[in-house]
Amino acid sequence: MDTFLDFFSFSDPNVRYVVLGSILLTSSSSIVGCFTFLKKKALVGDAVAHAVLPGVCLSFLLTGEKNPFVLIIGAFITGWLSLFIIDAISGRSKIKEDTAIGLILSVFFGIGILILTVIQKSGAATQTGLDSFLFGKAASLVGQDLIVFGIVALLLFLSVWLLFKEFSLLSFDEAFAQTIGLPVRSIELVLTTLTVMAVVIGIQAVGVVLMAAMLITPAAAARFWTDKIKVMIALAAIFGSLSGLIGAYISYAAPSMPTGPWIVVVISTIAFISFFMAPGKGIIYRMRNQSRIKKHINDENILKTLYQLSEEEKNFYEARTVDGILSKRKFDKGNLESGLRRLKNEGFLNNDNGFWKLTLEGKEKGQRIVKLHRLWELYLTEYLKIAPDHVHDDADTIEHILTPELEARLEKLLDYPTVDPHESEIPYR
Amino acid sequence: MTDATKNDIVLEIHDLTVSYDRKPVLWDVDLSLPQGKLIGIIGPNGAGKSTLIKSVMGLVPNSSGYVRLFDHNLDDVRAKVSYIPQRESVDWDFPASVLDVVLMGRYGKLGLFKRPRKADKEVAMDCLRKVGMEAYMERQISQLSGGQQQRVFLARALAQQADLYFMDEPFAGVDAATEKTIISILSEMTERGNTVVVVHHDLQSISEYFDWVILLNMRLVAYGPTEEVFNQELLQETYGGKLTLLSDVGNLMKRKRFPNREAKPAKRI
Ligand SMILES: Nc1ncnc2c1ncn2[C@@H]1O[C@H](COP(=O)(O)OP(=O)(O)OP(=O)(O)O)[C@@H](O)[C@H]1O
Ligand SMILES: [Mg+2]
Repeated sequence: MDTFLDFFSFSDPNVRYVVLGSILLTSSSSIVGCFTFLKKKALVGDAVAHAVLPGVCLSFLLTGEKNPFVLIIGAFITGWLSLFIIDAISGRSKIKEDTAIGLILSVFFGIGILILTVIQKSGAATQTGLDSFLFGKAASLVGQDLIVFGIVALLLFLSVWLLFKEFSLLSFDEAFAQTIGLPVRSIELVLTTLTVMAVVIGIQAVGVVLMAAMLITPAAAARFWTDKIKVMIALAAIFGSLSGLIGAYISYAAPSMPTGPWIVVVISTIAFISFFMAPGKGIIYRMRNQSRIKKHINDENILKTLYQLSEEEKNFYEARTVDGILSKRKFDKGNLESGLRRLKNEGFLNNDNGFWKLTLEGKEKGQRIVKLHRLWELYLTEYLKIAPDHVHDDADTIEHILTPELEARLEKLLDYPTVDPHESEIPYR
Repeated sequence: MTDATKNDIVLEIHDLTVSYDRKPVLWDVDLSLPQGKLIGIIGPNGAGKSTLIKSVMGLVPNSSGYVRLFDHNLDDVRAKVSYIPQRESVDWDFPASVLDVVLMGRYGKLGLFKRPRKADKEVAMDCLRKVGMEAYMERQISQLSGGQQQRVFLARALAQQADLYFMDEPFAGVDAATEKTIISILSEMTERGNTVVVVHHDLQSISEYFDWVILLNMRLVAYGPTEEVFNQELLQETYGGKLTLLSDVGNLMKRKRFPNREAKPAKRI
C-alpha cells in the first residue's frame, strides 16, 4: 500500500519522469497506430521497429555519443529508409508487400545485429544504453529523455489533429482521395514519417521486439468499443496511457520487473478484455445477448401456451399446474419454472398455491403472440405461396421479433384477416 | 472542329493506351463525349471499362495518348469531375457513419487542414435526402446493405457538386426499385446539364437508360447516340468472343518487357 501511495503521489521526481515518459511514448504511438491499423498495415510497425536498430548502432558508432537525440536521428533515418524501400519494391516489382516487408525487416535487423556485435566486442555497449534500445528503458528515463519525447509527441499530436480528415480519408478510400486532388503522396509521406517517429520513440519504452504490438494493439482494442473513428483514437490513446502508467507502477513496486514488457502485458490484457467484454462486438456481450433472446422466447412461449389452453376452454384466467402447461407444449422443466417465476415478477402471471394464472397484461401479451403467429402464417401462404403445412415453424420464430410497427403493416397488408390458414381465429382485442 | 462544338465536349480521349505491368489492356482509344448526356459504358468482363475510367481520373498511368476534360488537364478541373469507384474497392467495416462518408465529398472543396463546416453538413444532408438515405445518417457503414452502400457513394458524389460524373457499376448488387431511384436521379442530373458516365452490365435496360453508349472490348468498338450504335452487329463485335490475338500480343509485350511506344521526344499538348 505504501508503494502505491508513494507512486501515485508522484512526489519522487524519478517517478514523475518515468510515468510522464511512459505515457507520452505509449499514447503517441497508440494514436498513430490507429491509422496503421485502419490501413491494415500492421506489419509495417514490425518492419520499422526492426529497421531502427542499424540506425541506432551506426549513429553510436559514428559519433560515440549516447545522447538520445543523436540515437533517435539515426533510428529515424534507417526506419524511414526501410519503409521507402518496401514501398519501392512492392510498387515496382511483382513482389507482394508482405514479402517485401519480411525481406527488409530481416536484412535491416541482421545488419543492426552485426554492428551491435562489433560495438559489444569493443566493450562499450553496456555503458552506452544501446541495449535499452533493444529492450526498452522506461524505468530509467531522465529529464533529458523527456524533453525529446515531449517534442516528438507534441509533433505527432499536432500533425494528427491537423491532418485528421486527410488521414481518415486516405485510410478509407485512397483512390477517391486522389481523384479529388488531395496530395496523396505527400500525405502518405507525412503519415509514414509519423509512424516511424512513433516507433522510434516508442521503442525506448518497450524495445524493438515488442514495439509492433505497442503500435497496433491499442487501436485493435479500441476498435471493439466504438464505430466512430475519433472515439477510437481517443480510446486508443487512453488504453496506451493506462498501460504506460500501470507498467511504470509495476516496475516501481517490484524493481526487478522490466517496464516495457509489462506495458505490453497490460495493453494486451486490455485488448483481451475488449475482445470479450465490449458491447456489440465482444464475445461475452454476444453470449449474454443470445441468452437474453432465449429467455425472451421461452417466456413468450409460456404466455402463448397459457393463452392457447384458455382459448380452447374460453376461460382465460383459469389456474393451471406446471404439468397442465407441459401437456399442451413441450418445455424443459427447469426453463419453464424459471420462466414462470420471471413472468410473475414482471406482472404477467399470478401464483396461487402452485397454480398459475394469467393476469390481464399476461393475457394480452399471450394473445398478441398468438395473433402474430397466425398473421405470419397467413402472410407466408398468401404472399410467399408456401403450403399451409409448412408455415408453422417459421411463424414460431417470427412471432417473437415482429415489432408493433411491423404488426400494423402486416395487419393492413392482409386487410385485418379474421382466420389463419388453418382456420384458427386471429384474436384482436 | 468549330468552337461551338468544342465547347460542348466535356471529355476528349486521344489515342489512349493503358497497360498494367506493360501488358496493354486498352488499345488506342479515341473518343469525345458531349455535355449533358447520360452515357453507358458496356463490354464483357475484363474489357477495360474500369480501367478506362481510372485512367481518365488519373488513377492508372497512361502508356500513351492523352485525356482532356473540359478542354483542360485533369489537375486544373478536378473540382468539376467526380468518380464513384466500384463498391468493393473500399472496406465497409471502416469506423465511419453514413454522414461521415458523404462529407468526404466536400473534402476537395475544403482543401487541406480545414474541418467540414455547417454548410458542408447541410449539403451532405441534402444529398442524403436525394438518395433517400437521410434516415440512415448516423448508421455505421458496415450495417448497410449493398444497395444502401451504393446510394451512400452516390450521395458522396452528389456532394461534390461536379459537372461530370464517372460511376463504376453503380447498379451492381442493387434491387430493381433502387436502380430506378438511382437512374431517375441520374437523368435529373443530366437534365440540369451534368454529364454522367456509367459502367453498366445489363443490356436489357441500355436503350431505356442511356442517351449515348460506349462499346468497349480492349479497344473502342463504337460510341455514339444509343439508337445509332446499340445494334446487333456492334454488340456481336463487342461481346463476340475474346480478341485472342490482341491479348496474346499484350502478353508477349509483358513477357519481353517491351516498351509500349518507340522512344520519341515527349510531345507537348
Ligand atoms: N491492377 C491490375 N493489375 C494488373 N492487371 C489488371 C489490374 N486491373 C485490371 N487488370 C486487367 O485489366 C483488364 C481490364 O480490367 P478492368 O477491370 O478494366 O475490366 P472491366 O471491364 O472493368 O471488367 P469487369 O466487368 O469485370 O469490371 C483485365 O484483363 C484485368 O485482368
Ligand atoms: Mg470493372
